[in-house]
Amino acid sequence: MELKKAAMAGTVESSDAQITVEPGTKGIELVIESSVIHQYGRQIKAVVLDTLKKLQVANAKVTVVDKGALDCTLKARVEGAVFRSINNDPDTPNPWEVL
Amino acid sequence: MVCTNPNLHRLRRSMMFLNAQKPSLIKDPYIYKPDSIMLDLEDAVAENQKDAARYSLYQALKTVDYHGCERVVRINGLETTHWQEDIRVCVAGGADSIRISKTESAEDVKRVEAAIIAAEKEFHKENAQTLIMAAIESTKGIMHVYDICNASDRLFGVALSGGDYTKDLQTVISKSGVELMGARQQMVIAARATGKMCFDTVYTDLDDMEGFVESVKMIKAMGFDGKSIINPRQILPTHQVFTPTEKEIRYAEQVVTEIDTKKAQGIGVFTINGKMLDIAFYDGAKRTLALAKAAGVYKGDL
Repeated sequence: MELKKAAMAGTVESSDAQITVEPGTKGIELVIESSVIHQYGRQIKAVVLDTLKKLQVANAKVTVVDKGALDCTLKARVEGAVFRSINNDPDTPNPWEVL
Repeated sequence: MVCTNPNLHRLRRSMMFLNAQKPSLIKDPYIYKPDSIMLDLEDAVAENQKDAARYSLYQALKTVDYHGCERVVRINGLETTHWQEDIRVCVAGGADSIRISKTESAEDVKRVEAAIIAAEKEFHKENAQTLIMAAIESTKGIMHVYDICNASDRLFGVALSGGDYTKDLQTVISKSGVELMGARQQMVIAARATGKMCFDTVYTDLDDMEGFVESVKMIKAMGFDGKSIINPRQILPTHQVFTPTEKEIRYAEQVVTEIDTKKAQGIGVFTINGKMLDIAFYDGAKRTLALAKAAGVYKGDL
């Protein structure tokens, strides 16, 4: 999927993550900010990259502000940001079977 | 179509509201042991976060183990543009039940049922038989509650939403609950007449536990099956009201055994501890034992 515009999903509340995506040209450029970066930095990176791969997003600038989110929350926020970047209508039917 | 979902009549003493958009709320609510959780896509979620809430809901449904808690999702009203995609995410994610907001007619239930069936086909979940419950939030809904109860075999019950209902009635919620009397009465009668369950509205004053317990006792006495909950603190008191006491269980056992024996002897009416008993008490005693069994406080075989 080709990102169309900058988009964001999530909050900076505890247990959440705020994820911003922007169209890019040089693969995935990922920046992660987290208070638990030493313990979970690699795991966060793996979940974000894996979710982007599933969504077939090959080029993007991605910023993650993590507040101790579980994997399922990180996934949901990446999906939220990517679909907001692509769809104009928030009620566009989603391909749930692949998410 | 007859609904064969074994959870149609499961134990539902407490149903706790949770905002599906808030990760901190949806990751572990089962630790408080409500019978059902109600993940909200409607009023708790801001209009510009409806999409984000769905992804959050979907990943939670797919990955969080809710330890047997029923997972009900409240979808947006049929007057919005959101409800159809809400149903798709519920079915795809495997929600147990869908709660319809602002239900006003049998037609509303049928529209939701049709969308659920279409989604079950789309996601190859034909056997899921996603259940339905209808929230009644208006005077019109109350006038149609019998038809609403009868609208679908997947519909397990109706719930009162007191805030919106009293607004429509042009009054406010009071401690006495006098303004909700007619609605509650009409709903529980309709539910019983159609073999469905009936759930009461939330109690919003978290500091008044005494008033809360009184209101739960009242709706239990009226015939309701359970209560909507907004805070974990309200769960245990609710379960205490709805779970038969040891004394009630022993008495129910006695009633069932006595009626069975006397029936075999050709005796119709008799007394236990000075109280007259006949076959009319049988179903009630059986129900007490079934409720006690479901709540895990009775292990007998009656």
